[in-house]
Amino acid sequence: MKTEQLVQMLAVAAPGMDRSAINRQQSLALMLGVGLALVLMVATLGLRADLAQAAALPMFWLKLAFPASLALAALAAAWRLGHPGMAVNRATIIALALPVLLIWALALTVLGQAPAAQRVALLLGATWRECMLHIFWLSAPIFVAAFWAARRLAPTRLRLAGAACGAFAGAAAATVYALHCNEMQAPFLAAWYLLGMLLPAAVGAAVGPRWLRW
Amino acid sequence: MERIAKDSRVATVEARLKALLLQGLNGEAPAYQSFLAELGAYLRGFFRKKLFGLPDEVEDLVQETLLAIHSQRHTYRSGQPLTAWVHAIARYKLADLLRSHYGRERLHDPLDDEMQLFAINDIDAADAKRDLHALLDTLPERQRALVVHMKLEGLSVRETSRVTGVSESAVKVGVHRALKTLAAKIKEET
Repeated sequence: MKTEQLVQMLAVAAPGMDRSAINRQQSLALMLGVGLALVLMVATLGLRADLAQAAALPMFWLKLAFPASLALAALAAAWRLGHPGMAVNRATIIALALPVLLIWALALTVLGQAPAAQRVALLLGATWRECMLHIFWLSAPIFVAAFWAARRLAPTRLRLAGAACGAFAGAAAATVYALHCNEMQAPFLAAWYLLGMLLPAAVGAAVGPRWLRW
Repeated sequence: MERIAKDSRVATVEARLKALLLQGLNGEAPAYQSFLAELGAYLRGFFRKKLFGLPDEVEDLVQETLLAIHSQRHTYRSGQPLTAWVHAIARYKLADLLRSHYGRERLHDPLDDEMQLFAINDIDAADAKRDLHALLDTLPERQRALVVHMKLEGLSVRETSRVTGVSESAVKVGVHRALKTLAAKIKEET
């Protein structure tokens, strides 16, 4: 077929398009993914028993803010990666790095001030294994939703885009998991929450080139 | 001097194509058609230069990129330079083709010069190697009929609607779906 004919065909097929409808579907998918993770967490793990008292502590809010801010930054990165010609800009990179640097700084301060005998306990808490695994499997519904949404965009750097989707899923799942988990030490968050979020990001980077190809 | 002249020509092309695309996105089919036709010519020049070892692939790649630009047009943000958007898609499709041809090693050829995209306008279209007619035959009957009426017989949406007894909006939707299926099939082939 001549390219001329293809062009003509494409032009008659209703060039106008409703971008907001697509964006609405994408937001809906992400909200469903996070909602499902929340339901799964409440149903299988349960909210932490002392939620009301914990909510009075600044550390509780810091523990939510750390993964939540990473989730927003990863979402922004995935959004930009889904639009051809829109590189991941410096603001997005800073938004991704800042929460991690801040929690590490806090963790090192806490470890530095603690007596040597308590440092290992501060780092490992009581639940470090569960923490990573729970964040990982809670991220599954969000992971699927994020990839579904990203496939409706046009990512041109598939590995990075996959990693950003996975990081969003991991960070959103960690925010959900923080409502169950009762570890409150910064070193614990800096290590295990971060690892729990990085696992889905690594999976995303691995499957991105295949799942996001268009 | 030459460089300055080239830059200002590129800027003019950018402004004109962007205006046509924005009109097209507002539903103006003639403007959209001019946009695609002119863009196709630039893509042809761009790919011909990049694919000097594979001249037979040029027209297929032009068509595939036009299909991709059409189906992903919702990812264009009007505040963004059109050149950057088109270039990213063209480069992605080119890399995809080269990867399937040569594997990874050959991708070190720098594909970054955005200025090259609107530099060569090649309106001399060769026929694509791939036979889209054969692909058309694999579409579901209803979609195929719509495409054949509109493409081969050159009927308008209204005429097609009258001939097939399908409503005008259903014709548009049907052709749109057919094109999506077609794009997917092209993808499978490469």
